[in-house]
Amino acid sequence: MHGQGSLPSKKQDIVVKNFSLTYENRQVFSDFNLNLHSGKWNVLLGRSGVGKSSLLKAIAGLLSTPSFEGSIKRNNNTHLDGQISWMTQDDLLLPWLSILDNVLIRNRLCSPRNSTPLIKKEDAMNLLEQLGLGESLDQKPDTLSGGMRQRTALARTLLENRPIVLLDEPFSALDAITRSEMQELTYKYLKNKTVVMITHDPLEALRLAHFIFVLIGPVVCNARSFSPESSPIRNLNDPEVIDLYDVLISELSMSKGDEL
Amino acid sequence: MSSIRVVIVLFGLLILWHFTVEITSVPPYILPGPLAVIETLWNRFPTLIQHAGYTLTEILLGFTIGTLLGCGSALTLATAKPLRTWLTPVLVITQSLPVFALAPILVLWLGYGLPSKVAMAVLIIYFPITAAFYDGLRRTPKDWQALAQVMNASPLAFLIHVRIPLALPSLASGLRVAIATAPIGAIVGEWVGSSQGLGYLMLHANGRMQIDLMFAALSLLALMAVTLYLTTDHLLNRLLKKMSLDDLKA
Repeated sequence: MHGQGSLPSKKQDIVVKNFSLTYENRQVFSDFNLNLHSGKWNVLLGRSGVGKSSLLKAIAGLLSTPSFEGSIKRNNNTHLDGQISWMTQDDLLLPWLSILDNVLIRNRLCSPRNSTPLIKKEDAMNLLEQLGLGESLDQKPDTLSGGMRQRTALARTLLENRPIVLLDEPFSALDAITRSEMQELTYKYLKNKTVVMITHDPLEALRLAHFIFVLIGPVVCNARSFSPESSPIRNLNDPEVIDLYDVLISELSMSKGDEL
Repeated sequence: MSSIRVVIVLFGLLILWHFTVEITSVPPYILPGPLAVIETLWNRFPTLIQHAGYTLTEILLGFTIGTLLGCGSALTLATAKPLRTWLTPVLVITQSLPVFALAPILVLWLGYGLPSKVAMAVLIIYFPITAAFYDGLRRTPKDWQALAQVMNASPLAFLIHVRIPLALPSLASGLRVAIATAPIGAIVGEWVGSSQGLGYLMLHANGRMQIDLMFAALSLLALMAVTLYLTTDHLLNRLLKKMSLDDLKA
């Protein structure tokens, strides 16, 4: 049921090697290794402050190299630059642009290159239609509900059409029902991508992940990995989920004293 | 609704003024009654309006140039890190130096005409505009910066399409302060050395004991300043509302 490195690594996997990070004079990661599986949902689970966000930023290339040591690459030694899209808790919609213009924002921000051609307007409209936003193309974000805004953010992420998607607690600001709907929708649309999501919610991890990596502080040296046998999206009544939930909770509670 | 309230308050003050003068019987060379001032306003209107036009030109020119300079400095501060260390002391100096103390020097250098008054107004509003706009530009949400970086956005496009629009509510606060303080710069400039403008007219009338003319000039100046502020405020609010930025922090 669980254990480290239970699957042979593939060429497209993301490999975090000998990763060490010191943040504000506190060592957060030390010689940390992780294999993130390509084409799967990899969920990094940990308590607040354990360093999940820093790790995700490092994968996204948002941390400058002197601030950390180690390497984050594909297994075939290629870099991740330009392969990643990013979705956060904040939908980051620009209030003065319509929904359609918001999902097309990359066309304004990036000069078209061969590797990243302009996003076609029809593609954007089709996708928004599928996500149930067909009626709202010309509306401004502040007229939409939280769920619709987050679906717009999902559309923007999908239209970037990149193989790796990093999710920075994207559902944590939504109400329970909307969150559940968004989880299903996001899972459906990101099915064949390499997804790395961070969350502090074991249930969210159990619902969506192919692989769960539990990060335990105060200095993260390795991650306990879990790969449930059934495939996502899992029902939370599933006995395996219930069992694993207890395991995850006890894993997470271990770091309780260390954090403070 | 608010304009009706302004009118009511204004009339209330005029009536209060009138009765204060009536009851205390202050001599008219200390405080003329509102009726005397209105009469002077009417009789000397061509003179007053000519001087008012001159002062208005100073204010508007000062406001425009100060805004352009302030925005330019804020953009430089926000985008060019090496320049930031050099520009910050300049900003602090323009703010901590009493600008009024510079007025005689400005008149000496730029003469009795328009330029010295415009320069005064520019000096007064430069700091609030720069500080407010720079503050807004600095507050681009971290998540947005991350998103732009992951997208490989060009820094210039990111500045134009995201950072500047998101900083507009802050810039608007700066512009409100600027339009309210620009008249101070113009008037102080006129007091130090000028042959035209409402500030000059007030000094001139004071020297000749024409206190009613002084008050007429003052009323006109007050009216002008309030109108400028309210118009600017209204236009800024409309712009921010149109961009759905009106409920963001100002």
